[in-house]
Amino acid sequence: MKYMLKMIAASVALSASLVLPTSVLADANPVVMSAVKPVTSAEITGSVPQQLSVSQANVFNRLLKKINDPNAAPPDDGIHDTTNEPTFSLQPPKVSYEGLPTSEFGNHIDWVKAINDGMINPRYDIQDASVEPFVMDLDIVRPVKASVPDVVFPHRPHTQWLHCSNCHPKIFIPQRGANQINMAAILLGQKCGVCHGKVAFPPTTKSCKKCHSKEKPDDWKPPLSEASSKNPWR
Amino acid sequence: MRARAERKTVWKYSLLGVLAWVAIGLVPDTAKAEYADVVINNYADAAGMRPVVFPHWYHRVRFRCKVCHADLGFKFKAGGNKITMAKIIEGQFCGACHNGEISWSVENCGMCHSCIPGTPTHISGSTVQRLVAPAYKALPDNQKVQ
Repeated sequence: MKYMLKMIAASVALSASLVLPTSVLADANPVVMSAVKPVTSAEITGSVPQQLSVSQANVFNRLLKKINDPNAAPPDDGIHDTTNEPTFSLQPPKVSYEGLPTSEFGNHIDWVKAINDGMINPRYDIQDASVEPFVMDLDIVRPVKASVPDVVFPHRPHTQWLHCSNCHPKIFIPQRGANQINMAAILLGQKCGVCHGKVAFPPTTKSCKKCHSKEKPDDWKPPLSEASSKNPWR
Repeated sequence: MRARAERKTVWKYSLLGVLAWVAIGLVPDTAKAEYADVVINNYADAAGMRPVVFPHWYHRVRFRCKVCHADLGFKFKAGGNKITMAKIIEGQFCGACHNGEISWSVENCGMCHSCIPGTPTHISGSTVQRLVAPAYKALPDNQKVQ
């Protein structure tokens, strides 16, 4: 009996010791306990007013256009005429995109993944749904002079959608070293930019690594320009 | 005398610069339309029809690029195909499918001709357009062709 009482007393003491320090702390310093809302030191000292009055010249992203709904329905998308009755019977993109894998740019749909996962099976022939595409699995590595990763061009996803004649020989000469490609040309709608930036995923900061995907070797150093190697004050 | 003239040109150019920035600020945000939607307005406005909106996304769910851009001969250029209704009725371009067999026929005018009148030929969300061409500005209501 005595032993049991002792046990109960010990457990009570133990739980009290666990609870007490926190309650003492809460009394001493209420800021520490309110962990839900982060409190800054400026707020405690009162050095900063509650409402910051930032002028419109200093707001974040003042030149960025925020698109609230990238897949707006035709009547709300700003190019369809709402006085035209059939506009309202056109399919909204979101209805079609239900269940498709998403991405962060373009249509916000990963079309290549959608086709690989069998979510969509677009026809390769205008009439016959059973015609299989002529897929070529060949990766072309294009070394890049700058320090960004080298470009790997995969023929596979391109031939799943396109025919050889779409690109060769008019846009790309099918020969190693015969094509001069640079980002300026792509951004202006030449070379890869014939599709990428118009219908295929666009060249944005978020999509760089989709093409620039092969890391440079560890011992790679950026080539010195002629001007800096001849610099007498170097 | 010469310094005074130079000062004058500096003012002129800085005023022009300020005006350019104000103009950029006033251009409305129209980048809401679905990426890769093509507006085709080669002849539509002149013929008193609404321009055409071609939804790329709708067609790529059903057909691979090859079908239209290799088999049907659509060029990779907005407005570069000089499509007319006569060609469509003869079975060229859109008419290869929009003939009442593979897809609905040409009597559904408003399904394609659904764009706001006066919209120039362009691809919505295009990188080139964002970087170099001025953003499209809709006509004020009193100037719209109904």
